[in-house]
Amino acid sequence: MPLEPLLSSAAAGAHETGPAGYTALLFVFLLATFIGLGVVTRVSRLLHTPLMSITNAISAIAVVGSIVIAGQDHPPVITVLGAVALAASMTNIVSGFLITDRMLKMFKKPGGEKRP
Amino acid sequence: MTFWLIETVYLVASALFILSLHWMNDPTTARRGVLAGVSAMLLAIVGTFLNPGIVNWGWIAGAVTVGVLVGVPLSWVPLTAVPQRTAVSHAFGGLAAGLVGTAKFYLWLGEGGESLTAFRTFAIVAEIILGFLTFTGSLMAAGKLQEVKWIPQRPVTYPFQNVSNISLLVVAIAGGLALVWKPVELAWIFPVIIALALAFGVLLVIPIGGADMPTVISLLNSYAGLSAVAMGFVLDNKLLVIAGALDGSSGLILSIIMCQAMNRSFANVLFGAFGQVQQKAGVAETRTAKRETPEGAAQVLQMASQVVIVPGYGMAVAQAQQRVRELHDELTRRGIDVKFAIHPVAGRMPGHMNVLLAEADIPYDKLIEMDDINPEMSQTDVVLVIGANDVVNPAARHDKSSPIYGMPIIDADKARMCLAIKRSMNPGFAGIENELYFADRTYMLFGDAKAVVGDLVKQLSGGSGLH
Repeated sequence: MPLEPLLSSAAAGAHETGPAGYTALLFVFLLATFIGLGVVTRVSRLLHTPLMSITNAISAIAVVGSIVIAGQDHPPVITVLGAVALAASMTNIVSGFLITDRMLKMFKKPGGEKRP
Repeated sequence: MTFWLIETVYLVASALFILSLHWMNDPTTARRGVLAGVSAMLLAIVGTFLNPGIVNWGWIAGAVTVGVLVGVPLSWVPLTAVPQRTAVSHAFGGLAAGLVGTAKFYLWLGEGGESLTAFRTFAIVAEIILGFLTFTGSLMAAGKLQEVKWIPQRPVTYPFQNVSNISLLVVAIAGGLALVWKPVELAWIFPVIIALALAFGVLLVIPIGGADMPTVISLLNSYAGLSAVAMGFVLDNKLLVIAGALDGSSGLILSIIMCQAMNRSFANVLFGAFGQVQQKAGVAETRTAKRETPEGAAQVLQMASQVVIVPGYGMAVAQAQQRVRELHDELTRRGIDVKFAIHPVAGRMPGHMNVLLAEADIPYDKLIEMDDINPEMSQTDVVLVIGANDVVNPAARHDKSSPIYGMPIIDADKARMCLAIKRSMNPGFAGIENELYFADRTYMLFGDAKAVVGDLVKQLSGGSGLH
């Protein structure tokens, strides 16, 4: 089983990012920005309000960071900061997706009948 | 093993987030986009729960409950209040980023500061500046949109405003760079940066008037996304970087569209204090606008074969959407071609007017963008302007002294006839006289938009079906 320590060291490595890890993140950022620009320019102008509310919900991905801070064993002050951040992110997720769907349901198909 | 599982879950979530935005390109697939987004978010949350270090389940459950309890009612707001809700969400997003950044800084500082590498400290500084300025800036924007009493609607200006605002930001950034240089020794700077960012957010939005809110909201959307990206750098998490970058680029594109729709630059929106520029209040000539009665207007509409309705936010303020839908139905029933001309800045956030009309059950293929409808204007028999003002002002085309000069407009003046519903002859939001109202082919219908459109519908329905 020589693979097991290798994997666990890789897992540990996730927290000890070297310079290569940082540049990898910058590349990810660059590519994701271009994908975002490409995808969003094609979004129908009809839907720009729902677009903003759904991206709002998506950027509440900060929930991931909030869970890590609130959930790990830290001094109480830190846990409270994390919990507030988690509540804020959760609010955005819930209200963002719900209101986006609510708005999209209103867009009636050209035939006149409501979309399913 | 867990590490790989979490990474795989994050990878799938990233793909779903991208697909989610991709499906937003068309109203027929958009709801699938929401489903993809929700799935991605659930995966991201479950994936994070797999993290072996997570122990405070009570805190997590409590915070999640609070989030759901606040979030669900927030999604029930009336559609006229969606801009405020969006601004409040940006504020929450910024707050979350700022708090996580703060927590991470003090955690690493408490561990002796070895983990505070230059890269990480830089990312934390970016995260807290963006996060906290988005927090207060968005709250201010939400307050202005909600017309909260103690937040002034009109742009607030004072001497050396831009200079002092920019210096504030420069000081914050300089403090951040000092922190990158010596994070442990200069740790006292950290709360100072937070305070400066909070103050800067307020000062950034105070000088911006109501007409510029669509741009400001889009810009704050972008900042909220970028603060999530910075959090991704801090936590070394690619999923955060990707989702944040999607949000950031979306906000950027929307703000560019908003700026183009008003023919203004970012710098001009942020530092221009719109509405303060012109004080000459129209050349002092007394022109008179021609009046029309609802009866006369109904007859004109009945004779038309193509009608274009130009809705503005005034229509929504008067709650006239349902009446407008009834008017649309009456005219369509007579075989008249009815379309809606939508200016990109109609409403108070990007795409707001489309949502308001969709709520009134107007089919979305009737909602035509400015650039697509303008070529048809000269063949249009009647243009009906409801609660719109600056976006149909021909002065934007030729009057170099007008503050809206150069702004693309809907060519309502090129139609064979123009009917404009207006409460009174008071100038609009930007305080600019509208020469469309004095044009030869324009007739005014004075009164509340809801009442006037209701009268038109009554006239039309009363005279039909009997002969």
